[in-house]
Order: sequence, then structure tokens, then C-alpha cells
Amino acid sequence: MNLHPALGDFFALFQMPRRYAVDDAKLEAAYRDVQARVHPDRFAHLSENERRVSMQWAAHANEAYRTLHNPLMRARYLLELTGHDPQVESNTAMPADFLMRQMLLREAIEEAREEGDVDTLDALLRKLRNEAKAMENTLTEDFDVRNDYTAAAGRVRQLMFIDRLQQEIGGAIEVLES
Amino acid sequence: MALLQIAEPGESAAPHEHRHAVGIDLGTTHSLVATVRHSLPECLRGESCGILLPSIVRYHADGATEVGVDAAAHQASDPKNTIVSVKRLMGRGFADIEAAAHKQYDFVDGEGMVRIQTAAGVKSPVEVSSEILKVLRARAEASLGNDLVGAVITVPAYFDDAQRQATKDAARLAGLNVLRLLNEPTAAAIAYGLDNESEGVYAVYDLGGGTFDFSVLRLTRGVFEVLATSGDAALGGDDFDQCLALWLREQTGAGELGPEDGRALLVEARRVKEALSKADTEPARLMLSSGLKIDCAVTREILEQLTANLAAKTLVPVRKALRDAQLGVEDVQGVVLVGGATRMPQIRASVERYFGRAPLIDIDPDKVVAIGAAIQANVLAGNRRAGDDDWLLLDVIPLSLGLETMGGLVEKIIPRNSTIPIAKAQDFTTFKDGQTAMAVHVVQGERELVRDCRSLARFELRGIPPMAAGAARIRVTFQVDADGLLSVDAVEQSSGVAASVMVKPSYGLSDDEIADMLKAGFEHAADDMRARALREQQVEAQRLVEAVQQALLADGELLSSEERGAIERVLENVILAAQGDDVARAQAAVAALNKATEVFAGRRMDKTIRSALAGHRVDELKV
Repeated sequence: MNLHPALGDFFALFQMPRRYAVDDAKLEAAYRDVQARVHPDRFAHLSENERRVSMQWAAHANEAYRTLHNPLMRARYLLELTGHDPQVESNTAMPADFLMRQMLLREAIEEAREEGDVDTLDALLRKLRNEAKAMENTLTEDFDVRNDYTAAAGRVRQLMFIDRLQQEIGGAIEVLES
Repeated sequence: MALLQIAEPGESAAPHEHRHAVGIDLGTTHSLVATVRHSLPECLRGESCGILLPSIVRYHADGATEVGVDAAAHQASDPKNTIVSVKRLMGRGFADIEAAAHKQYDFVDGEGMVRIQTAAGVKSPVEVSSEILKVLRARAEASLGNDLVGAVITVPAYFDDAQRQATKDAARLAGLNVLRLLNEPTAAAIAYGLDNESEGVYAVYDLGGGTFDFSVLRLTRGVFEVLATSGDAALGGDDFDQCLALWLREQTGAGELGPEDGRALLVEARRVKEALSKADTEPARLMLSSGLKIDCAVTREILEQLTANLAAKTLVPVRKALRDAQLGVEDVQGVVLVGGATRMPQIRASVERYFGRAPLIDIDPDKVVAIGAAIQANVLAGNRRAGDDDWLLLDVIPLSLGLETMGGLVEKIIPRNSTIPIAKAQDFTTFKDGQTAMAVHVVQGERELVRDCRSLARFELRGIPPMAAGAARIRVTFQVDADGLLSVDAVEQSSGVAASVMVKPSYGLSDDEIADMLKAGFEHAADDMRARALREQQVEAQRLVEAVQQALLADGELLSSEERGAIERVLENVILAAQGDDVARAQAAVAALNKATEVFAGRRMDKTIRSALAGHRVDELKV
């Protein structure tokens, strides 16, 4: 969520074109350059008011980078910018084969968790990362080639599903290892 | 206070004027202060002792205090009034205190932070820490003069919000202007990175007296970016001492020990542990008050067996941080060892085994944190030199921040390892028709249930206009500043009803009380101090007047004529006050001018940043 709309949109801040495909190296370089200009460490010797303004800009830059760097957050942000509701809460319809795969995955996770099998959990995590990666490639086509925002919204909902599963696995591994 | 003195962003307004600032490592076992002089960092020595000040404070019945070596000498004879390892108590409640510590002191149970009963009255860990900081501040002033701009104080990266806030309060109580709270492993990385001009991914393994931190950083062209941090805020060299002391007690058949014997045994265990970092065997000898004698040879092998689980325990946060950074051990180009406890050969061996490479130990692990803090303090004070000091630090918060929702569950607002400063908001709604208030409970931690996380603050948003359930829209905003400190506000969007809280641990001293204590110290100062204060105030007023006049000249168009008139009136007042000899009046006038120029300063800053950003073009960047 852009808390400081007055400071401009995230793509504009880094002077990047408003599209899904992002050059990671360029984004990183632009982020570091912006931070070097706005970070509170550069203004620590100034008054509280001046430091507060700098902190707002730095927080804005951090949120902008985090959003554009993360494929799922970037997709949601693009939908928001272009006035498309991803219907995260209202639209829970998913393709049957997708749901089936997720159910099988969830069972595998549950089993590995019960057996304390960290290696299997790690492997499942890698598998999900690959699956997410493939969907991100399709999203690039949805957004940048076909301009099909409805298809993009559907894929975003699926990616959120996968994202939650990844978080669950991460949490399970953490509990097992501590 | 260089209000409105915007030269180039971050560069010193007056290039020939060096502004003195220090870095302070406020450690569990010992503390030290460092500064940058003639472009080189150096640790400052005490008058009669060395660089390391033992973090030990002894209270006398007449209110006098001893700090450091003098206090250490009495810790076994007067253990209840001689406070060691107070860092482990910072920001902690009575229920958090480990069983072993309960035997050491008489704790006072109560709301908020735990307090200790001493001969000089009840003391909070914040007050005890401020005694240590006062000594370091005096040391810095003896060496640099009295015009200290401020200090960077280091904290364990894994310190939570309450522990950080407590540290900042202790510094304030010691009369220090805190430029920044800096994470200890990050400070070490600055000291190493700037020294070796390194590039790539580095890890910092910091095992101190009472805390363990592990951070993964990426160094790219002068940017220090913390990718992930993890740790254990209650694991350090102290625990190795406890292990060995317990074993020695069992070996000699000594039963439960009194506080004096207990402390003496800990001191001996620590001595033996340290000796075993060099020797293969070391005798432990101690005469207990019962007449029973402890005399037993300890080998390094025994110590290693006794503490193997502690060494292994440090690898849990190591794995977690690497996973959070999505990196493997093979991605790490170097592991820096920090903290006195990393002198133990079993720690070095275990790190080497895990990472498959020998750790970096070229900078003294006791001093590296203070040196990094001094380098950061020098730049923050405004002594940044273009070219040499064009580096930037991007740090993270160690623990997730969230809110309590229905059913005692935690809704995470800011996930751990988020780069700071950061602001995030989430919208909530009412669940009952006509609900006019909402409780906000802020928690920190990774677990799903509120009861497994640390409670940071509770406040209430009142005066929500009555609406149907689910109609109100309450936006809760979390903001974490560059010190890693959290503030939270809640606003009902349709009515604008607002409530906010700066998250602060309670330890029996309010902000006003701290201000009063500082003021009292000032009022009781000798006459020459007062004369100096007047001169300082006059110089400050003069400087501010000139800065404001220049700013009005340069950016007057940012103000309406009424706004400008208001500032000019206050300006006249400051000029008059600076000509008199009333310190308080001059002070008040300067404060009024600062207040009157708040909005102006904010607008100028925004303009400065916007023009700095306009100057950057993506195609010019080296990618």
C-alpha cells in the first residue's frame, strides 16, 4: 500500500516504465541511488522536522522497492494502479486441476511436518518456488503483451495461494529446527 | 542543532569545523567508547584504566556509585549492590528474569520493567546502564572537550523494541544526544567493510557476554545492506560461565551457595574459561565461606563438553538467517567474528566447520563494534566527506511486528527482516453495531498466538461514530524509524478520530521525570558551567538567526506572507534574548524559533530531496 501518494507512484520514483517485467539489476541500482539521496543517515545532524521528512521518503523508497522487487506484490500493485480489483476476498473460484495439486501438496506438507522431515519440506519449498516462477512468466505475458488484466487477476489469486503454502512450510521448518 | 543549515545534503555546512561524536558499545560484560579523529577511528582510554570499562555498577547507601574496575573488585563481597550484566535485564519484566539471576539480586516485582533493590534504593536497569554511559561520556569529554554533538549507541541486532527503547532512554538519562541506535553486527561490518573495501555477501557471528547475533549483509559499491538478522537475546559468554560454575560446584560437593560465594564462583569460572582459550588445562581454586575448598583442574576438553550444547545452539539462528536471506553457506564470502566469547577455540572451530572456511578475526573482537559505531557517528554528526564517506547503511528489524486480532491471534503488519525505516498500514473494522471504541494491542514476535509473542503496547481508539458492524474503516499504521523504534497510530477514516502511541516500556521513570533529572543536574552546576552555558546559548541563537535569515532569503516563496510575518516576529525576539544574560530566556527563545520554523523546515527539506531526486537519471547509473 502506498501510504504517501503525494510522494509519487513506485515506478516513477525509480524512473522505471510501468510494466510487469522488471530489470532487477536496474531496480536495485535505482533503489540504492534513491536511498543514498533520501536516507535519514544523511540528515541526522539536522532538526527533527527535517529528519521526519527524510524518514518518510526513505520509508516510501523501501516500500516501493519491496513492492516492485517481489513478483506477487508487483502484480497486485500494477492491478491497483490500473484500477483492477484482484478480488482477493470475493472471488475464490480456482481451476479444478490447480485446486487438486494444492490439496496434494498440502497433504505432503502435513505428512512431512508430522514426521519432522525437514529435507522433504525443503524440497517442497523448492518445488513451489519453481511453480511460482513459471506463473510469473505467464503474468509478464498477461500484463505486458496481452494486456489481459482479468487473466492476470486470476493468476494473482493463485500465486497468493502458493505464497501462503510457502509461508506455512517456512514456519513448519522453523518450528522443527528450533 | 543545525536547523535549516542545508548545504549539500549530508555534508558539513562549515567544512573546517569538525563536530565531535562518539560510538559507544554498551556491552553485557564491558563497555567502551571510540571516536574518529584526523580521519582515523580510535578507542578512548579512561584516566586510570584501559579501554574496556567493566559494565559493573556498585551502589552505596549514601547514593554514591562506583563503576568499572572499582565496582568489579567488590562484586563478591557486596553482590546484592554490585550489578553485573545489567544488559540482560534491559526492557525485561519480572517474569522474564532467568532463574539463575533471581539468586543474584533482590528484584522488585511490579508493572513494566523489573527493578532491583539496592542500598541506594530501587534502581531500574535503565538507571544502572546510564551510570555506565555517564562514565563513558565523561571519558569522551575529557578527551574531546565538552562540545560533543552526540553518540551512536550499539544494541544487539536481536534486541526487541522494549530493549532498544530502554537503551535510548539510558543514554538520554546520561545526558547523551543519541544520533542513532546501531545494530552491533552491522557496526562490525562497517569497521571491516570500509577497511577492506570488500564486495559480496558477508556474515557476522557476534557472541557477546549475554547476547548472540547473526547477520547476513551484502556489500555493493559502498552500500551495506543487511539481508537478514537473527539471534538469541539471552545467550552469551555468561552462560558458559554458569555451566562451568555449576560443574565445579557439583565436583566439590558444595551444596546451594549464598550470593557472595555464588558470585565468587562465577568470577573464578569466567577466569578459568578465558584462560582455557590459550591453555589446555587450568586449575580452578576458590575458598568458600564455609571453609570448603574448590581446587580442581579443568581441561579445555571438559569445558567444551560442558558447553557443546551452547555452541550448537548458536547454529539455529545462523540457519534461520541464511534461510530468510535465501542463501546457502556457499554464498557467504567471509564470516566476521565479534564479541569476546568468540575467542573460545570451540566457537571458532564450530564456525569454521559450518561455513567451510576460517573466520575473519583481524580486528580485535572486543573493539570492532565500538570502532564501527564511531565511524557511523562521525558521518551522522555531519562530518561526511564527499568521496570517502559516500557509503550507506540499510538495516532491518529483527522481529515481526503485529496486532492482536479476534481469538488471540496475531496479524503481522511488518515482517521481520524488513528494511528500515518503514511504514505499513492495515485497515480494520468494527464487529458490533454501534461500537464506539477499539482496543489496539501491539505485539512483537514470530508466533501465531498473542500469548507467545512479546506485548509492546496497548491503547484504545475512542469516539468512533456509531455505525453498523463492519462499516467503520480503521487504519492502523506502524512506523519504524531508523533506530528500529516503533510508533503506532490508529485513525477512523470517515470521522478522522485518531489515537497514537510511541511504544515505550515502563520502568518507573516518565519522560518528564527524566527531563527534570537532567535539568536538576544543570541547575546545580557551578557558576563557570552556567557562564559557559550562556555563551553556548548565545552562539546557538546567533547561528540559528543567521540560518533562518538565509533560509528566508533563499526559499521565502515557500511561505505565505502571514507565515513569514510570524517567523520574523519570533526572530526579533531571539535577537533580543541573545543580547541579555538570561540563559533560560535565550533557551526559550531559541526553542520558540525552532517551533515557529517547523513547517518551513519541513517544506525546505522536501524541496531539497525532490531536487536531489530530480538530479538522478536511471540511464546514468552504472548497473
